[in-house]
Amino acid sequence: MTPHMLTRSLDRSATIFLAVVAACGILIPLSNLLLPAGSFLQVPTYLVALWGKYVCYAILALAIDLIWGYCGILSLGHGAFFALGGYAMGMYLMRQIGSRGVYGNPVLPDFMVFLNYSKLPWYWYGFDMFWFAALMVLVVPGLLAFCFGWLAFRSRVTGVYLSIITQAMTYALLLAFFRNDFGFGGNNGLTDFKDILGFNVQAEGTRAALFALSCLALILGFLICRSIVSSKLGKVLIAVRDAESRTRFLGYRVESYKLFVFTVSACMAGVAGALYVPQVGIINPSEFAPGNSIEAVIWVAVGGRGTLVGAALGAIVVNYAKTFFTSGVLAPYWLFMLGALFILVTLLLPKGIVGTFNAWWDSLKEKRAAASVSAAAEDGVTQPKMAE
Amino acid sequence: MPAHLSARLCALALSLLLIAFALPAFAGPFEDGVAKFANDDFSDTEEAIGVVASSGNKLAFPIISALQDGRLMADPDSKKVYVTGTDGKSIDAATGEAVASVPDSASAVRLNNRLRRSVDAALGSLTLQSPDVGTRLQAAQSVFKSHEETALEAVDAALAKETNRSVKAALGDARAAILLFKSDATEVEKLEAVATLKARGDQEAMALLTGMGDQPASVTKAAASAISSIQSSLAVWSGVQNAWYGLSLGSVLLLAAIGLAITFGVMGVINMAHGEMVMIGAYTTFVVQEVIRTRYPALFDYSLLIAVPLAFLVAGAIGVLIERSIIRFLYGRPLETLLATWGLSLVLQQAVRTMFGPTNREVGNPSWMSGAFELGQITITYNRLWILVFTLAVFAILLAMLRYTALGLEMRAVTQNRRMAASMGIATSRVDALTFGLGSGIAGIAGVALSQIDNVSPNLGQSYIIDSFMVVVFGGVGNLWGTLVGAFTLGIANKFLEPVAGAVLGKIAILVLIILFIQKRPRGLFALKGRAVEA
Repeated sequence: MTPHMLTRSLDRSATIFLAVVAACGILIPLSNLLLPAGSFLQVPTYLVALWGKYVCYAILALAIDLIWGYCGILSLGHGAFFALGGYAMGMYLMRQIGSRGVYGNPVLPDFMVFLNYSKLPWYWYGFDMFWFAALMVLVVPGLLAFCFGWLAFRSRVTGVYLSIITQAMTYALLLAFFRNDFGFGGNNGLTDFKDILGFNVQAEGTRAALFALSCLALILGFLICRSIVSSKLGKVLIAVRDAESRTRFLGYRVESYKLFVFTVSACMAGVAGALYVPQVGIINPSEFAPGNSIEAVIWVAVGGRGTLVGAALGAIVVNYAKTFFTSGVLAPYWLFMLGALFILVTLLLPKGIVGTFNAWWDSLKEKRAAASVSAAAEDGVTQPKMAE
Repeated sequence: MPAHLSARLCALALSLLLIAFALPAFAGPFEDGVAKFANDDFSDTEEAIGVVASSGNKLAFPIISALQDGRLMADPDSKKVYVTGTDGKSIDAATGEAVASVPDSASAVRLNNRLRRSVDAALGSLTLQSPDVGTRLQAAQSVFKSHEETALEAVDAALAKETNRSVKAALGDARAAILLFKSDATEVEKLEAVATLKARGDQEAMALLTGMGDQPASVTKAAASAISSIQSSLAVWSGVQNAWYGLSLGSVLLLAAIGLAITFGVMGVINMAHGEMVMIGAYTTFVVQEVIRTRYPALFDYSLLIAVPLAFLVAGAIGVLIERSIIRFLYGRPLETLLATWGLSLVLQQAVRTMFGPTNREVGNPSWMSGAFELGQITITYNRLWILVFTLAVFAILLAMLRYTALGLEMRAVTQNRRMAASMGIATSRVDALTFGLGSGIAGIAGVALSQIDNVSPNLGQSYIIDSFMVVVFGGVGNLWGTLVGAFTLGIANKFLEPVAGAVLGKIAILVLIILFIQKRPRGLFALKGRAVEA
């Protein structure tokens, strides 16, 4: 990524977004750690964890926007990649518990002792090392996405068909992870984590650091997405989104482009899941539920698909609303609101918040330009018409 | 002793004698036997069973069956024994006279496992010659199960008289079972018995053969070959059983998916709220049954017949409403339609949860849908059978509708080429609304059927939606036959995988197979042929 590419890829909203995320990533942990508890500006620890969760969702939303907004692939199974990344991190955290578990077994996690495992299953090997777990956070979702995408895109499964089979994929994984003999803790999942890289996961300092890391991951993810979509590759992706057959006839290998962006997106979702797990303290099979993946899609739709900033914003806004409404007297009405949100956004706000705002801003600029042109015409001076 | 007193005694003795002659059984072995029930001693009870069963008295059957059900009451003080009928009325076991009430000191005659076998055997032989065919058959089967040696004579006697073929076969089986376990039966008799059991060929025959204990070498060898032959025939039957379960599951899938196939096929609309239409149909059934229960209980057996058209109308009307208010604005944007209908499904679920509560509501089976019958070695429940019949009927009606009605013609025209159809004067938006209503209405009907075999809860639709999609995608869009084949293939494949891989793994395997299948044939089994280029 050259500096030139970076500057070219950043427009005004992207710059504002990055600045806000960076400021939050620095100021919120500092305020939490340095200011005295109960002070007006101090951010309580539970809020740090909650916002950390939102930031992870924002990364997931970015991943979805990358493929849906720019390549037209509507995945209803991105929650699966998110959960797989989460499980990889959860396995590392489980191995870190060591002999501090209820049964005190130095190698086997509690649930394995409980289910009479005599030794560690082979796929748990290596997860006691952080670097390996971190690698798996990228490799497992990436590999699944690669295989799945390779099969699907090569045989030109598109549109709603692809959406439905991605949903079937996450549903199959949901069923599999619910099984006790699958070796991932069955329906209880993985929990009771103690520490990460030697730091207590419950400690304020660790939480603040995780929050800062999540913000950093969001910034990095955003930059990666941005540089992809503003490169030549990104233009091809948009062409695939708008006219797949035509792009193919022009000589582009559509399936390779799709496969690349799908795999990148899955890796990002995996990272989001990996950051999510230590902050919420549990990962269980319900993360694979098809409903979760569809909900993640609506974050993107609310914020504005194909804008990246909008996706992240949508994830934060919708989840903030969810927390706000499900904790109060309005709790029974949350599903009505969520459902109505799905319907109203698709009907009335197809470009999402950011997309609509951008369109409005552009039309405003155009009007101003037109006004200045006509004013200039009255003055008898011809001016070159403004581009855009 | 004064003379008048002795004269009185004489008269009493005479009258007693007269009574004794008039009722020849009085104070005979039967009454003594019955009285032994009151001793509360297991060996006395066994003796009593033997005496009563072999007495030939018409009270023998009611007594023994009462004993079996714990309705035989004995009073240890007066040594009187009573039979309490299932209707609550009681009779004196020795005389058969009705009594007003059983004394409080009486308690049910106790049994142990050994006695229960004697009771079964006694009952079996007692009813072997009953005039009722059903009773005789049951008796023969109960002797078969108990295979008590004592029943052999009764079986032989009954066999000689029996004319009904199925009862005769059952008696033959019972005789074989007895002979197999009879220690002093000849080798030839035993070999014959093994052959008879082999011909019977079910789980029970196999259990008898495996548990027969020490036998002569030739019998053991014959039994071993009989067991292996029974096993292979049982394997065939279990295949038939799986096929039936698969057909049943397939019919459920077809019912749930057929409406989806119409909306997707004709309009290209993925309706994620389809499952909620099924749920609405199920709740319609619930409401119909509630009204019938409180107002017209006599109509309960007709509740489903009333619910079917109502569910069609309710779900269909909601479908038309949805199409007019939401979906028509989203034509040509299938992914957005998917999201909007998903939102709609959340709203509908939550609405039903608010109205009817989050828990399961009870929907009853009418009498003609409960129960089961045996076919060979498998059991077929009526509700599954009716659902299969119903599904096929719905399918046939739908097919006929598409083929022979004006609306069907218009629907097919719009499916094949929307713009051409519009140019020919078909009001495509009206066809769309009606199609969507039709698909939703059929989902509602599916809900009526599914309420009979599944829990009626707000989540009912959710559990079918992914499976329905799989069926439609697998079968191919825009072709009802594809949906039919897809549903039954998936149903049967699922049920054959289940015993091998377990229910969950079987389901996962099916999902993976479909995902792989889609790679090979992205448009499903029966893809529409045409020149339409994807958008």
